[in-house]
Amino acid sequence: MTGPLEPPPRALDPAHGRHLLLQMLRVRRLEEKCVELYSAAKIRGFLHVYIGEEAVAAGVLESLEPEDAILATYREHGHALLRGVPAGAILAEMYGHVEGCCRGRGGSMHLFDAATRFYGGNAIVAGGLPLAVGMALADKMSGRSRATVCFFGEGAVAEGEFHESLNLAALWQLPVLFCCENNLYAMGTALGRSESQTDMALKAASYEIAAWAVDGMDVLAVEDAARRAVEAVRAGGGPHFLELRTYRFRAHSMFDPERYRDKAEVAQWLERDPITLLRATMEAAGQLSAQEWDQLQAEADAEVSAAVEFAEAGTLEPVEDLTRFVYSERSAP
Amino acid sequence: MKSSYREALRAGIRDAMIRDERVFLMGEDVGAYGGSFAVSLGLLEEFGPERIRDTPLSESGFVGAGIGAALGGMRPIVEIMTVNFSLLALDQIVNNAASLLHMSGGQFNVPIVIRMTTGAGRQLGAQHSHSLEGWFAHIPGLRILAPATLADARGMVWPALQDPDPVLIFEHGSLYNVTGELDDDAGPVDIDTAAVRRPGADITLITYGGTLPAVLDAAGQLAAEGIDAEVLDLRTLRPLDEASILASVRRTHRAVVVDEGWRSGSISAEISARITENAFYDLDAPVGRVCSAEVPIPYSKHMELAALPSVDRIITASRQAVSAGG
Ligand SMILES: Cc1ncc(C[n+]2csc(CCOP(=O)(O)OP(=O)(O)O)c2C)c(N)n1
Ligand SMILES: [Mg+2]
Repeated sequence: MTGPLEPPPRALDPAHGRHLLLQMLRVRRLEEKCVELYSAAKIRGFLHVYIGEEAVAAGVLESLEPEDAILATYREHGHALLRGVPAGAILAEMYGHVEGCCRGRGGSMHLFDAATRFYGGNAIVAGGLPLAVGMALADKMSGRSRATVCFFGEGAVAEGEFHESLNLAALWQLPVLFCCENNLYAMGTALGRSESQTDMALKAASYEIAAWAVDGMDVLAVEDAARRAVEAVRAGGGPHFLELRTYRFRAHSMFDPERYRDKAEVAQWLERDPITLLRATMEAAGQLSAQEWDQLQAEADAEVSAAVEFAEAGTLEPVEDLTRFVYSERSAP
Repeated sequence: MKSSYREALRAGIRDAMIRDERVFLMGEDVGAYGGSFAVSLGLLEEFGPERIRDTPLSESGFVGAGIGAALGGMRPIVEIMTVNFSLLALDQIVNNAASLLHMSGGQFNVPIVIRMTTGAGRQLGAQHSHSLEGWFAHIPGLRILAPATLADARGMVWPALQDPDPVLIFEHGSLYNVTGELDDDAGPVDIDTAAVRRPGADITLITYGGTLPAVLDAAGQLAAEGIDAEVLDLRTLRPLDEASILASVRRTHRAVVVDEGWRSGSISAEISARITENAFYDLDAPVGRVCSAEVPIPYSKHMELAALPSVDRIITASRQAVSAGG
């Protein structure tokens, strides 16, 4: 099965709609703050923000249970946040502080959190796909009915790992959901310049995997597709694949002069801002008052402010600990 | 003329493209993006998309294709964005590029040049901070270059292309913005010998690539305390210019090897072994080493700095060698 899903029923519960708006706003505000903190040299290294793509993480993560596992890329702040990693621990990580979710060892591209089964943060394109397959294999071999969800960019589709992973997952009928965040660019390389076949769902379908293309700017469509896919995965229906069609509004990273796309294209996509879209839908349906919108914004802002305060107050790990965590610290026999 | 390391590399690539129409550059984002480290900026406009060829994210595929193109008579320069991603192409580099000549009983040589960024120091975390050039230098069949100066950045590409066998060029990420004077007539350089960057009588500091500036800095500070250090820039990690290493150590009787790679099983270990095998009785002190701590490079700045060779650690190791023994 491939191609677009039937559109979701549009009877939106207003409370749920506001919740989704808030989720996207939380990511947006956190990312905007990250950019600001990077310019202020509080955050270093590479920084990749998710601005424009919030509906993807918000919709997919909405469909998951705590026992499910998530793997993501270096553009993963939003996924971590919406999975439940505290914003303070995320920012502190980027500050290189020991209060960060990885003690400052990982940084922006390597957020991990065992408590929420968030398995990173991977800075090697397609590096997470085989891991997701293996985690799903472990679940299947252990008779557990839970899902492993793996996010990756459309650039990853060119890597051998992508093809090897999809084949293994289909061959062994593993409970894994592949989420391809198709934002049309891999750094400066437009999809059409890197793939002979640009229909990602079709590629996945060629491995006998149920694959659907979804409007990644419509959080309701994403949530609906993800719910159906995760349900099927959990029920033993084998791997599923979502191509989430989205766009990154900002540069690839803080070092990208964006020579490869023109402003008009970006402007066109800005009109499909996932937050603006849902907000407009809800306002048109009388489901969102100006006051409620302000409240949502205030809530997101407050969370980010508190997170900055937490990160600012953080401390450095003692240098004597440098060589810890290279091997496991076994307790004495 | 004033030049940056990045511009010097570009001049070398440009020169090769003009000299030989079989030469082409391919890799991720070398064209429309302008090169992930802007080395190839402007080359697409000059040479067109056939010869400045953007590739998908398929390291194993396009490195292997480069090897195939070399077999087919082209002279490819393949850019791998960073050494970290060369791990996805390791099979092609080791099992094909390095082995074909031998396996075919001398029939098929592979005249490919593979360039990549290497090294840490920019808070990029464990997966983006490898220094694996010493590891590649373990492989028979490969030639490994590490330009540390503008002249070498400018001049190594052409002789690398003239080599009938695969050559890997490692460009340390911290060097791209280094600027200085480059001779107007700067051209190809030799890629066989190490270079004395600072003559000295008391100790030989052996290094290459990204750590050369720190070693020169350390040598300057050591001079102020009366230690006259010779700085030897290896330039080529395989084959090692053993003669230059031994000649220097026989003069100074002391050596410290500075290498951003990890210490265990490293190029620094190899150099130390060669010295003790061949010049043991000329030594007045054990060969010292300053390497990276044996840990995946951490993100936080203070931890990353603590993990990497530093001017202070080079000075300490040098003092130790000078005060030891006769
Ligand atoms: C194996 C590998 N090759 C190259 C890179 C450098 N790189 C980092 S992100 C990126 C673009 C990836 O694009 P895509 O998968 O579409 O994800 P997006 O950044 O668009 O979210 C590249 C080339 C890398 N990290 N890993
Ligand atoms: Mg992309």
